[in-house]
Amino acid sequence: MVPVNSELQGRVFPPTEPYLVGREKIREFSRAVFATNPINTDVAAARAAGYADVVAPPTFAVVIQELTLHQLLSEPDAGIDFSRVVHGEQRFTSTRPIVAGDELTATLTVASAKSLGGHSMVTAESSIVDAAGAHVVTAISTLVVRGDA
Amino acid sequence: MISTDSISVGEVVAEAEFRLTRDSLVRYAGASGDFNPIHYRDDVAQSVGLPGVLAHGMLTMGIAVQPVIDWVGDPAKIVDYQVRFTRPVPVDAAEGATVNVVAKVGTIDIEAGIARIDLTVTFGGETVLGKAQVRVSLD
Repeated sequence: MVPVNSELQGRVFPPTEPYLVGREKIREFSRAVFATNPINTDVAAARAAGYADVVAPPTFAVVIQELTLHQLLSEPDAGIDFSRVVHGEQRFTSTRPIVAGDELTATLTVASAKSLGGHSMVTAESSIVDAAGAHVVTAISTLVVRGDA
Repeated sequence: MISTDSISVGEVVAEAEFRLTRDSLVRYAGASGDFNPIHYRDDVAQSVGLPGVLAHGMLTMGIAVQPVIDWVGDPAKIVDYQVRFTRPVPVDAAEGATVNVVAKVGTIDIEAGIARIDLTVTFGGETVLGKAQVRVSLD
C-alpha cells in the first residue's frame, strides 16, 4: 500500500469553476434530506423570511465540496486510493446560508495529512465564496484511508 | 420566538424518527451527486466486506439536523454543524432502516446569542453519529 503523501499538508488547490445554485436543485436536495421547512422550498416563504430565494439545507454545501474533493482525489501524487476512503468527519461553518441564485466557488486547502497505525487521515477544508468573493461557508471533511486489512 | 434565555442546558428541544428506504438512498444519490454504488447495490457493498447497502453518511447527517430546523423555524439559523461518522446505517431492501434523533441543549452562549444543540442519532439502539453538534443562532 502506498501511504498518503504527508507533503499534501498545506497544499492549496485552484478555485473550482463557479457553481450556479438552482432553485429546483435546492428543492430536490431538500426533499432528499426530509426537509419540511417551507423556506427550503417555497419562494414566497423564503422572501417573507428575508431571503432572495429558497434557502438550502445546512448540508447542501456538500454538493460544492464534492468538486474540490474530486480535485484532491485525482491529484497524481496524493496517494489516496478512493476504494479505501471512508468519510470520517464532516463540518460546515457558515457565514450565511446558501440561497438559490448564488454563484459559488470553492478553494480546497489540505489542513492536515497524517498516518496513524496503518490508516491515514486527510482533513480537507473547502472555503466557499460567492460571486463577490464574500465567504459563505467552509466545508471541512476528514477522510480516513484504510490501510491493508 | 426562541431565545437563549427561553431554553436551558440539558433540555430536549426536538425528537424525530426517520424511516429510510432504498428509495430514500436513490433520491439522495441523485440530489447530492454521490453515486457510490455501496449505497444502492448489495453485490458491490458485499464485495468490499459490508453486510449490504448502507445509507450515505451525508444523508444521515442531512436528516439529523432537520428536527433542529423545525424547532428553530429557519434553516438559515444553523451557523455550524459537525458530526463524526461512527457506525454505518444498513438499509434493508424490504424493511428499510429507522433512524432516531434526539436534540438536546448542550451549551448556551448568551453573549454570542448561540446555543449548541447536541444530537443523539441512533439506529437499532446504537449511536451512528458521534460528536454531532449544531450551533444555532438565536438572535
